[in-house]
Amino acid sequence: MAIFVDENTKVIVQGLTGGQGKYHGLRNRDYGTQVVGGVTPGKGGQDVEGIPIFNSVAEAVEATGANASFAAVPPKFASGAIMEAAEAGIGFVVCITEGIPAQDEAKVFNRLVRDFPGTRLLGPNCPGIISPGKCNIGITAGEIAQNPTAGGPNVGIVSRSGTLTYQALYELKQRGIGVSTCVGIGGDPVPGTNFIDCLSEFQNDPETHAIMMLGEIGGSAEEEAAEYIAANVTKPMSAYIAGVTAPAGKKMGHAGAIVSGNKGTAQGKMDALAAAGVKVGLNPTEAGELMAEIVAAL
Amino acid sequence: MDLFEYQGKQYFARYDIPVSPGGPADTVDEAVKEAASAGYPVVVKAQVQVGGRGKAGGIKLADNEAEVREHAGNILGMDIKGHVVRRLWVEAASDIDEEYYVSFTLDRSEKKHLMMLSREGGVEIEVVAEENPDAIVKLHIDPVDGLSEAVARQACIEAKLPERAIDGATDILVKLYRCYDEGDCDLAEINPLILKPTGEVHALDAKVTLDGNAEFRHPEWDAFRGLTEMDDREKMAAEKDLQYIGLDGTVGIIANGAGLAMSTLDVVNQVGGSAANFLDIGGGANADVMAGALEVINFDENVKSIFINIFGGITRGEEVAKGIVEAMGRVDLKAPIVIRLDGTNAEEGRQILLDAGIPEDKLRSEPTMLEAARAAVALAS
Repeated sequence: MAIFVDENTKVIVQGLTGGQGKYHGLRNRDYGTQVVGGVTPGKGGQDVEGIPIFNSVAEAVEATGANASFAAVPPKFASGAIMEAAEAGIGFVVCITEGIPAQDEAKVFNRLVRDFPGTRLLGPNCPGIISPGKCNIGITAGEIAQNPTAGGPNVGIVSRSGTLTYQALYELKQRGIGVSTCVGIGGDPVPGTNFIDCLSEFQNDPETHAIMMLGEIGGSAEEEAAEYIAANVTKPMSAYIAGVTAPAGKKMGHAGAIVSGNKGTAQGKMDALAAAGVKVGLNPTEAGELMAEIVAAL
Repeated sequence: MDLFEYQGKQYFARYDIPVSPGGPADTVDEAVKEAASAGYPVVVKAQVQVGGRGKAGGIKLADNEAEVREHAGNILGMDIKGHVVRRLWVEAASDIDEEYYVSFTLDRSEKKHLMMLSREGGVEIEVVAEENPDAIVKLHIDPVDGLSEAVARQACIEAKLPERAIDGATDILVKLYRCYDEGDCDLAEINPLILKPTGEVHALDAKVTLDGNAEFRHPEWDAFRGLTEMDDREKMAAEKDLQYIGLDGTVGIIANGAGLAMSTLDVVNQVGGSAANFLDIGGGANADVMAGALEVINFDENVKSIFINIFGGITRGEEVAKGIVEAMGRVDLKAPIVIRLDGTNAEEGRQILLDAGIPEDKLRSEPTMLEAARAAVALAS
């Protein structure tokens, strides 16, 4: 088991003929992911290293039976690409695009909730998702993810930052700890999938025995997650929050990473998580060490 | 991108939101000229991106040219909480009956837009929220539906605005939402929104933050460049398209990815050092980007050591290494580098650095983030 994606996930890449889409789409296929098609309007009938290209997501779904999409398109086309996937009945859309206007993102989120409740969006501005050994959609280097151990214990990872996601995977791999699924939810203000969505899935996933969470400054997603954890999550957790030293009022690279006044601080988030019973590390390595202790005790 | 008040008012005007006639001035003579065309009495206002201008003496009423000269002369060059006034906004003074507050922002928890409207304007909204929370009407707006006139009117009634202000305020709410939505603002705030004795409602201040991600569809934003509050390091980084924030420590930081960059700052702090900057070279950075990043860091005189923290995903280790070697040939780096390189093609990268034969007092490699942070902090102190 894994969450959201596994060996049965069939992926189409929106933008497979573009630089990013091609590079990562092929890497995903090399990893073993079922990449069954690509979509680029006007290029239907061509192929990228044997992967057929279609003019629309609807055509691709009809021909391949795809149930997931990897949207690797520039910001101005991203909203359209996500909505097209939803309209074609795709159940899981991963959008790695960084730099989508917040207004577009808010509209897409609310349209999906209202009109396409069967479609889950991961991202935008996220590294994607990997269920090691089964499926990798996005930009994560698959080789840094440790395959799950049969019978466990295995860890589920959820993270707001790309490189910190790699760091977390790496910390666990160094210690030989298996990973069920690693989800990068992205650093934008309105992520399609949030911490709570992932925590709830991990809590219900029999292959996940512990959960590692990586947050950062800005917004209140970590505080809301802490509340959820206290009430619903029984699996042990470790966490790390980036941005303890970030100055207020500055966007730290991610559109969503900003301390506004005294809101969204790392300290507030760490306190909330600790109060919910999560072991909070002061850096990613410490969060990895804490997870190793948790796993050893399982 | 945070706009100055005068830019915010210019932006409001594009959406037909009523503002006072006025103009920007960088000198006393320009202020006098703008005052004459706006018509006396005028208000001379310091253009800085910080609250509390009025209390600091940065906003003054002037009845004639002599007073404009006096106030403009005093305010230009004034330091308001660390912000030096380089530009004024001179506008026709308004008679004020009442002051209100209105703003639109994104409520990240609700994933909807949030309008806040209060009949208690002219003071900081955080103070109102603390002392008299009932005086603020909060309304969530579904971004798909937008804000209708009927809903805006209802909000004005709920906020207990007087009857004679309702038409004017409703009109401004609808226009301000359009400005916020179509104009791609992260924040659009009017404080105070005033009611004049004549019954007109009017924006007396403007606080606007534009969403940089939407720049591609707003060529008109070009006009807002130029006068910025960036320091020289930040300007240089902006020219190179780098995500850089200047800080005041001694360890220069270069990392890939915003999360890792933030984390790098934290770790440096934990081992007793302080970062000179935040710098995210992003995903897929090549040799050129790395060289540019090192130039910006090298420009910062406070930097005593440089900590490069790379975890390769899209970014490839050999590209990072090539960039460092290239930069060291191009720039005379004043501070030594400590690098931690992991992930995609890290081995190749380390080999390139070894082969380049750079002496250890100029560049050293450490296996983990913590060890590299310790080494960089030791070199900086």
